[in-house]
Formats: sequence, C-alpha cells, structure tokens
Amino acid sequence: MLRTSTLFAALLLVPLAASAEATLSGFIQQNTAFNTAGQNPDGRHYKWLEERAQLKLDATEGDWRLLAKGDLAYDHLGRQDGSELREGYLDYAGSNWDLRLGRQVITWGLGDLVFVNDFFPKDHEALFAGRPLEYLKRGVDAVKLGAYPEFASFDLVLAPNFRESRTPDADRFRLYDPMPTVANRETVKPKEGDVALRAYRDIAGYDAALYLYRGFQRTPSMRPDNMTATTKITYFYPKLSIYGASLSGRAGEGVLSLEAAYYDSREDRAGDDFAVPNSQTRLLAGYQIQPVEDVSLGFQYYAETMHDYDAYLAALPAGFPVDKRWSHAVTARLTQLFLHQTLRFSAYASYNASNGDRFVNPELRYSFTDKIWGAVGANFFGGKSWGQFGQLSRDDNMYLQTRYEF
Amino acid sequence: MKTKFASFRLSAKCLLKALQRRLMREARYAGTKHWLIWIIAALLPLAFTSQAQAFSGEEVMKKSQAAFLYPGKDFKARVVMKLINKDGQERVREMTMLRKNMGEAGGDQKYFMYFFQPSDVKDMTFMINKYPARDDDRWMFIPAINMVKRIAAQDKRSSFVGSDFTYEDVSGRDIEDDTHAVEREEKVGERDCYVVKSTPKGADSDFGYKFTWVDKANFLPLKEEQYDRKGARYKQFSADEIADVKGIPTAVKRTMKNLQTGHRTEVAYLKTDYGLGIEDSLFSERFLRQPPRKWID
Repeated sequence: MLRTSTLFAALLLVPLAASAEATLSGFIQQNTAFNTAGQNPDGRHYKWLEERAQLKLDATEGDWRLLAKGDLAYDHLGRQDGSELREGYLDYAGSNWDLRLGRQVITWGLGDLVFVNDFFPKDHEALFAGRPLEYLKRGVDAVKLGAYPEFASFDLVLAPNFRESRTPDADRFRLYDPMPTVANRETVKPKEGDVALRAYRDIAGYDAALYLYRGFQRTPSMRPDNMTATTKITYFYPKLSIYGASLSGRAGEGVLSLEAAYYDSREDRAGDDFAVPNSQTRLLAGYQIQPVEDVSLGFQYYAETMHDYDAYLAALPAGFPVDKRWSHAVTARLTQLFLHQTLRFSAYASYNASNGDRFVNPELRYSFTDKIWGAVGANFFGGKSWGQFGQLSRDDNMYLQTRYEF
Repeated sequence: MKTKFASFRLSAKCLLKALQRRLMREARYAGTKHWLIWIIAALLPLAFTSQAQAFSGEEVMKKSQAAFLYPGKDFKARVVMKLINKDGQERVREMTMLRKNMGEAGGDQKYFMYFFQPSDVKDMTFMINKYPARDDDRWMFIPAINMVKRIAAQDKRSSFVGSDFTYEDVSGRDIEDDTHAVEREEKVGERDCYVVKSTPKGADSDFGYKFTWVDKANFLPLKEEQYDRKGARYKQFSADEIADVKGIPTAVKRTMKNLQTGHRTEVAYLKTDYGLGIEDSLFSERFLRQPPRKWID
C-alpha cells in the first residue's frame, strides 16, 4: 500500500522534475552466484542468477530535490520479487533543518558488517548471495527530519509502517530449523511503525553520537503453538528499544571507532520467554589503518552479552541450542588497490570465538572502463549448525557481478 | 615573527609596484620633459630586485605555497582529471573541489569534494580537514549504502583518486618536511624563475629530492622535477596554463607525469572562482550526505 502511494507521489512530482534541473542515470547488471559445495534445498545450484536494470532520476528545484531509484529485475530462478522502488523521496533543505519524505536508505553507526546502532532494515540474503554491497540495505518508508542547531545535529526518523530485514530464502540456503516437521507457519508483522533518533556532534576532534530506537527486532522470532505437540509456528517481530552511543576519531596512526548499545527486549524483560531474544549489551571496537599506499587494514572486536542469562537457561526447552552468556567475535578486512585504483582486492573475515561461527568474503573488482566494472568473489561459511554463519556451511558460493553504468 | 616580516616585505613590494605605475602614468601625462620622473620610475625595479634576491629557499617555497594553494579566502573549481597510460588509454575523474582557509596562508584548510565521474563513484563526497603539522582528518560518504565513514590517512604521499598526483600535490606538503635551497635562477618559457631544491628531512618519502621552478613575479610553481631515492628522474609536474581569476594568477591546467611508468595525469580546473563566501557549516556530515547543489554544479 505504502509502496503504491510512494510511487504515486513520485509520479505526481514528475511536473516538478520537468521544470527542474534533472539528471537521469542508471545501470544494467548481471549477477550470478553458484554453489561451490552441494546444492540448494530446492535442488538448484545457483544462489542467484539475475539480470537487473536500474533507473535513477535526480531532480533539483531551489530547496527541493526529488530522487527516484527503481529496479527492474529478471530472476532465472523463478522468484520474481526483485523489481522494486529502491528509493523514492522528496527533500526539502531549510537553513538549519531539512526534511526527507519517502522511501530512503539510512545507515547509522560505524561497524563494518557488524551492526550495533544501525537499526534500519537490511537484506542479509543479498550479502550471502554475492550481490553488490548497496543491496545489503533496504529502504524504509519514513519521514526523516534533520535539525542542525549550533550545539549538535539531530536526525529523527518516523516510519509509519515497520519494515523487516530480509533473511535468506529457505529454498536457496540451508537454514537452521529446530522443528523441521512443522509445515504450518505464519508470519505476523507489527501493526505499528517505529521511531529512531540520532544526535551527533564533534567533541575535541572526535565524532560523537547518541542513538535511540523504539520499534521491533528486524529479524523474526519463532513461537510454536504448543511445545510438546507443535502444529503451527508463528514468526513475529518482538518489541525492542535500543539506547546507544558511538565515538570515532584519530588514534595513533589510524582511526578508532567505538560503539555500545543496550538492547531492551521489551517483550521479555524478565528474560524467561525462550522465543524472544534476551535483553543485551552490544560493544564494538574498530581500528583502521593505512600501512602503505593503497592498502587499508581494518580490525573489529565485537561482544554481546545477555542480561537475564539464568532466566534464559531456565526457560530454554530441551533440545534447543544453548547460547553462551557472552559472545566474542573478531573481524578483519584487507583492501588493496592496484593499477591506478582500477583494480581492488578486498577480503573480509569474521570469527566468533564463542560459537565458532565464521565467514570469509574475498573479492576482486576491476573497472574495465569508466562505465563497466566486474567483480568476482566468494562467500565461505562455517561453524555450528545453528550459528548465524554456521547454518550456512553448505551454502558456500562464488559470485560474479558485471555492471554497465550510464 | 619571521612570517610577519616576510609579509611586510611582500606588501612593500606591492607598494613599490604601485608607485612605479603611478610615476609612469604621471610621466606620460606630463610629457617627456619630466625626465626625472622617468628615471625614478625606471630605477625603482632595481631596488625591488635586489630585495627579491634575498629570499631563502624556504621563503620562496612558503610564498609559492601561499600563491598556489592558499589564494583567496575560499576557492571552487570543477576539476577534470584525465589519467592516461603509456598506451594513451584514458580514464576520467571529475569532481567539484571546494576549499576554505581557516586562517593565514600555511595554516589549516578544509576541503570538500563531490564526484561526478566515473559513474560508480557518482554522488560520492569527500571531506578533508588539513592541518600542516599533523595528519589530516578525512571523511567519505558512500552513497550506495548511505554511510559516512571516517578514513585513516597517515600517508599523504599516496595517490589521489588513482592519479599521478598525491594528496600532497593537491593540498600541499608541509614546508618543514624538507630543507629548501635556491639553486639558481632560470627561465621557464618567458618567465623568470627561482629554482629551489627541496630535500626531505625524513627517509619515509617516495622521492629523494625535487627541483621546483617558482615564478619570480607571482610565485606559482611552473615546473617541478622529482627524483627518486636512487637519484633517477621520477615525476615531472608542469603548470600548463595560468589564468587570471579575479586578479589571482591560477594554474588552470596542470600535468603530472610519471617518467618511470609513462603514466600521466592531465588536470583542467574549470569554473574556477575565489571569495565565494563558503560557510563553515558546509564542512559537516549534514552536507556530506546531502551536498548543496549551489556549491557543486
């Protein structure tokens, strides 16, 4: 419904675009990802096989700006839901405030594929299926109000409808399922929207920010109707509030990033509902350096802890995997540029010391011309069968991306 | 104190020039019989020249930096860089570059860049807070995921957007990083130049030493030759076209050639302008994410 209305609003604004300074750009793209070990649950060998075209209209008139970015996609694996309005919004820029109305991608926080204060919907499947990085983020239909008084800057995001993150498709990825025999499943989405606030400013050369969120978990939890004789599983998005902070700036030769957040699981404050995530504290420390020309190294340490661990243990049904109270993970990324920065090698690796979860993503990307680039890469997963990456350990894949931009 | 003295001398030079022009004009109006005025006017440059020769290498480089990288309170240009390999294949990097001085010449500066080309970096913005005596602060906005990222930048000798120019070539190298000596005076085309030899004090630079031909009249670097640490010819810079922009001589065409690889970068500064009144607030996360059209066209 909202998508239609956004599209309709965008169409209404076409006359504005006609009188304004407007640019039209876009790309066509081929994207293939194939399994390197085993096959999909649906028997196929491809994680992704798709042609895609994007058109982007960007029009400015005085203090107004209209941006519409739409994708048309053809999926050879028979899932035709890839065509979408990626972004479509109207901007108004006042002197010390601004407004953005419509579908927009918002990214907060400092993490590299680790999210502490980035509350906005993501597409985890895009990351695991070797799609270009921009598809990691999903737009939200929201009003974003920016206020920039002298002492600090503020972003307030009001979304009337909740939008969830996209999790990998169970036909393409081998996802952990504690109750594989139950076929009757239903997903219930929140009826309300959510709200997020960020306040940020410079403090002694450091970028400091505070974050607040009131809404829901972006990935679903599952609740069986009956523990002993389950006939139906309901997926739902538990209520969640987040209170976070971040700081980044120069430290020694590199850039230090620190993030922390308290995840208040409002639907299970006692922590004794096994279906709802426990309240958590999440901590992230990152450091990035450039040891030599055209080489960048980034390291992250990430920890999360459950606040009502004893209640969690007591409530967990027999046979369900047990998470540890503390989870510690480290990540590393190497990026190196060659041939006047037209060839880029990057490798990302993450390892969770608490459950053995691991993920490696090497990628080589080359710009054949200023308009055509291609990338080849791989996703390797490992760990316990119920871990975030471990469950995908038979979903290792290699991918190709080719894009012509105009 | 030293810089104050130098700037006093610079203004004294301006006064002399103005006086000379005035005298010439008066002599013309008064007719040839006022030969005394003509003689005085003709002799004035001598006084000026003898003073100019007293510049040390460091003073010449300081003046050169002020003329090349600090003119105007602020500056804007549409920069088109052509990266050309030895086979003649071209890549184009196009951006709007905005610069604002936060104090005197040689002091802190802020840079804001918005990229038009190549297509895969279109709408990307880049902000540098440049401090002469320590490492820059740099931020990048990645439009694909709508993220602002602070980036590490301890190596000012690294390539700027893959070109033959380094960050230092674009925004300046600390005068104190090298020792400077005026080797000789020489013409580049029709222009009289000081030839300054600069040798890095530290051992971490990619070049061993370099010569800069600095125009004696406007202090723009017209030519630079870099030698590697083994003493072989390495890179060559030339200011190919100087234009007068609001009374400020500006190198609007420049080339940096890597003599060892045959790769070169040709740069054109289009729509160059000074004294636009760029607000401090432009250099902020708000405008990194949403660059104002009036500054980036």
